[in-house]
Amino acid sequence: MYAYPFSYHRAKSLAEASKLLQELGEESRVLAGGQSLIPLMKMRMARPTALVDINFVEGLSGIQGHNGELRFGALARHTDIEMSEAVAAIPILHDCAAGIADVQVRNQGTIGGSLAEADPSGDWGATLLTLETSVTCAGPQGERTIKLEDFIKDAFTTVLGHEELVREVVVKKPPRNSGGAYLAFKRSASVYATASAAVQLTVDGKDICKDIRVVLGCVGLMAIRAKRAEDELRGKKIDGKSIQRVAEAAREAAEPQSDMRGSADYKRTLVGALVKRAIGIAARRARGERVEAGHEYVGR
Amino acid sequence: MSGAEMVTVRVRVNGEAREALVEPRTLLVDFLRENLNLTGTHIGCDTTYCGACTVLLNGRTVKSCTLFAPMADGGEITTVEGLARDGALHPVQNAFAECHGLQCGFCTPGLLLSTLYLLNSNSKPTEQQIRKAIAGNTCRCTGYQNILKAIRMAAGEMEKR
Repeated sequence: MYAYPFSYHRAKSLAEASKLLQELGEESRVLAGGQSLIPLMKMRMARPTALVDINFVEGLSGIQGHNGELRFGALARHTDIEMSEAVAAIPILHDCAAGIADVQVRNQGTIGGSLAEADPSGDWGATLLTLETSVTCAGPQGERTIKLEDFIKDAFTTVLGHEELVREVVVKKPPRNSGGAYLAFKRSASVYATASAAVQLTVDGKDICKDIRVVLGCVGLMAIRAKRAEDELRGKKIDGKSIQRVAEAAREAAEPQSDMRGSADYKRTLVGALVKRAIGIAARRARGERVEAGHEYVGR
Repeated sequence: MSGAEMVTVRVRVNGEAREALVEPRTLLVDFLRENLNLTGTHIGCDTTYCGACTVLLNGRTVKSCTLFAPMADGGEITTVEGLARDGALHPVQNAFAECHGLQCGFCTPGLLLSTLYLLNSNSKPTEQQIRKAIAGNTCRCTGYQNILKAIRMAAGEMEKR
């Protein structure tokens, strides 16, 4: 399958990319890893007339931990994040990066591209909304830094202007005694998840939940922060009963649609089960245990 | 041809400098197959799923049906044609032959490159690591058991080298 014809422009800096997008007009688009855009173009669901390739911009793929923050260059590939030692300290980030699609896609796809695409089935949105995350964008008017919850506006829609690009994603390191987990359930490695749950919590003592965030993926037009579910656990003891109440509230917060990945009812049940499991893993990690978790599919 | 300006793509494929003038929308897999006549890399699903088109680009596996050729400009590519040396099969190829890790062979070029990528960074992969490494490669014949065997054998052989 072939994309509709387009002109190809290689930017050497974000400033140049921004300028090119301005000159090339509304039908031009940014090309980062291309793992969403290229399939869409091949199916002719996207028909940009011009692509501005930013893969040759230098210094845009670093990952740095500094001053209680992790900074990801927009072009940090999922594999770079999976392998990063700085990231290992925040297990939920590793869960997410290490299971996105398959090896080949992770080698090419980028964190900046994933957030800018704002696919409701994307993994990074749900994961990063459980942490204090901001997105630094570069455009003709200079830079601005936007909180992730304000960055994503709707399905496939962000606040980015046409000539604006993601430069960096900044994640604040969680406090001590914190743990998180991202669980995505999918039919096979290479497909989007049917449902996913991201939980990040902080424990006080052995089993009191000091703070918690619960975000649901693939079950709405955007990743859904399930605040009522969080209230069921914040300040309370983490036990079977309270976890059950969180899962119930998460099921209610979900807004799934029936499609080829499953019925709405099925997805609601699934997301509740994932939340339950993610809380258990997050709590164990918060207490310092090492637990393997992440994307789940048949044959893994 | 459709009005879009042609682009020169220069790469090193299997150690050899190659170039061609192509439409920007040319997929890397078609650039390899049609422009460079390297037809060992296969097109299976053409939808970023099956991994038959897997090649190494700058040391990392990518699905060459999901890159426009100009994105690989200046890059170093390894395709299945680059594995054998002086008529001798690469240990990974040899292991797939020995263990009958293929039937129709269509997915094999991609699986060989995914295996090589795994073993380049991890000489003693666990069963789980092997499964994860080939999760992006679909085989419709073997049921994967002999592929797993072949990868375990290749790991052993490459360690000896």
